[in-house]
Amino acid sequence: MSEPLRPASTLFEKIWQRHIVRQETEDTPAILYIDLQLLHEVTSPQAFDELRHRGLRVRRPDRCLATIDHSTPTTPPDANGVRHYNTPEARAQVDKLHENCAENGIDLHSWDSPSRGIVHVMGPELGATQPGMTIVCGDSHTATHGAFGALAFGIGTTEVGHVMATQCLLQSKPKTLGIRIEGALQPGVTAKDVILHVIGTIGVDGGTGSVIEYFGSTVRDMNMEGRMTMCNMSIECGARAGMVAPDEKTFAYLEGRPMAPAGEHWDAAIADWKTLVTDPGARHDRLVEIDATRIEPSITWGINPGMVMAIDDFIPSADNAANREALDYMQLEGGARLTGEPVNVVFIGSCTNSRLTDLRAAAALLKDRRIAPGIRVLVVPGSEATRREAEAEGLDRVFIKAGAEWREPGCSMCLAMNGDSANPGDLVVSTSNRNFKGRQGRGVRTLLASPLTAAACALTGRVTNPREIMGAEA
Amino acid sequence: MSQKGIVDSRTFNLSVDHIDTDQIIPGQFLTTTEREGLGRFCFHGWRFDEAGAEREDHPFRDFDPARQQVLVAGSNFGCGSSREHAPWALMDFGFRAVISSRFADIFRSNALKNGLLPITVEREVVDFLHAHPDHPVRIDINDNTLAVEGLGNFEFPLDPFSGYCLIRGIDQLTFLLENESEISLYEHENNA
Repeated sequence: MSEPLRPASTLFEKIWQRHIVRQETEDTPAILYIDLQLLHEVTSPQAFDELRHRGLRVRRPDRCLATIDHSTPTTPPDANGVRHYNTPEARAQVDKLHENCAENGIDLHSWDSPSRGIVHVMGPELGATQPGMTIVCGDSHTATHGAFGALAFGIGTTEVGHVMATQCLLQSKPKTLGIRIEGALQPGVTAKDVILHVIGTIGVDGGTGSVIEYFGSTVRDMNMEGRMTMCNMSIECGARAGMVAPDEKTFAYLEGRPMAPAGEHWDAAIADWKTLVTDPGARHDRLVEIDATRIEPSITWGINPGMVMAIDDFIPSADNAANREALDYMQLEGGARLTGEPVNVVFIGSCTNSRLTDLRAAAALLKDRRIAPGIRVLVVPGSEATRREAEAEGLDRVFIKAGAEWREPGCSMCLAMNGDSANPGDLVVSTSNRNFKGRQGRGVRTLLASPLTAAACALTGRVTNPREIMGAEA
Repeated sequence: MSQKGIVDSRTFNLSVDHIDTDQIIPGQFLTTTEREGLGRFCFHGWRFDEAGAEREDHPFRDFDPARQQVLVAGSNFGCGSSREHAPWALMDFGFRAVISSRFADIFRSNALKNGLLPITVEREVVDFLHAHPDHPVRIDINDNTLAVEGLGNFEFPLDPFSGYCLIRGIDQLTFLLENESEISLYEHENNA
């Protein structure tokens, strides 16, 4: 620790102070030390080139961890072992990361790695993500790692280069936003519904300039995968990062993971990690209170993640320009119900919802049932490790038997840059994080929802409250 | 720029809030390993239809990059993905500055690192410009002012560090590298 902590600090403040290399001045931002940089093929090549251009080396390759996930096919290799990329450029981008990592001595989890996965699924699974760390990646969903009590945030490619060259970033200190979530979740309501509800409450720019700390009984009761889902979408309300104080669940998740501390280091780490809480009396710059008992299964109806509603509600009316634009694109009618709307595609995956508990939730509804005729259902596990665990439990067979496609790990249809896209006009119920126009393919209409809701929609072929299917079981 | 640190230009309007970086450059074009030449993909989904034909009614039909180098956008411009391809595409498309009442954090940071000026002003100024298309403005980063003809001069916050770097003729990475001894000391003291 570089300086004594002030009394009554927030979790954010403690991690921030620990990583100050040089304090902020009137003219210059703080220099913040970065413990771990995650890399993938899309946002790194120009940064490696910049270093090469300047004659610089990667300062701490041991603090970098790379994977391939965005541009990669999710179909298996052909009989000759050849992977079929969507375009030659996609293959070249992956090849470039291979070259760059080899040249700089960076650990890359590529096709041959049993750990390869979406960067924000793989990091925690390897135990690379740990409480108290500063973690960055050229990817806005880096806040996912905040679920472990890390300060994790997305950066642009120029900053990726800064961290490669110096292991540091220039940062002005953000504000903190406390989001207290209290109460038990109703049946059919998941962490995804909670975060969609939060974004709907504070708005898509409600967190701009802030780091969010999620706390309260609902958060304590969530498992680590739920906390990751929640922190993952912090950027969707504009926040720089989202975090949850580590607790026994955090420690239990990390224990024994390949990159987690072991032996006596483990005990020392736990002792330190237990101090990473917001002290009683410490205040966030702003506080929002959420009553979790009132949250319903939630779904988006518009063209940004803040355009969200309880699934049984009526679609908001076209009483302002933003709603008109959204309803026009979505081909939906203000004041009508969303439930019953015909669905073309269901996507279960992405760094938001592709972990084992997500797949289990979807499989529980799909077991011994068939998806509706004429619809396409893609299930894409977040990593090779998740895929192995899911297959060991027989989840792959549940999905395949129900009529879904069981794919290889990757970002896939979340941003559709690998060719996994829907057709113009398709209505997609997606467990991913963004419903922006054209995100899942030109003219594609996206509804964001939980894996439970997605599975329910897959069964009926229409927008469906998962409780209707769950109720049928009771 | 006619003089150092000054942009004299007409404005181009996109009066839509929450323009995300997927709109600015769609994901399908991110397989590039370069940062040049991305202007042709800028707002691609707005300009071209599913078959790749130019739409008849898109807002960029009358865009004149020779005279309109200042984009006036709605609030929360650049939200969503952290892709730095967004400012790269906007600059290659012809923009030198974006005026909005609010920018998303990562976009703002990315823009500044590439010399695309994110100019934050009150909503009223944006509304005025949206009501007056192709309007003459002058942005002066020597004193952080936006001059809007017929409305007045407005000061905008520009990260003082950008000015610090400009005056010293260095970029941010050079500044970080100048702090090498502090970084090494931190690593030593923290066993990092």
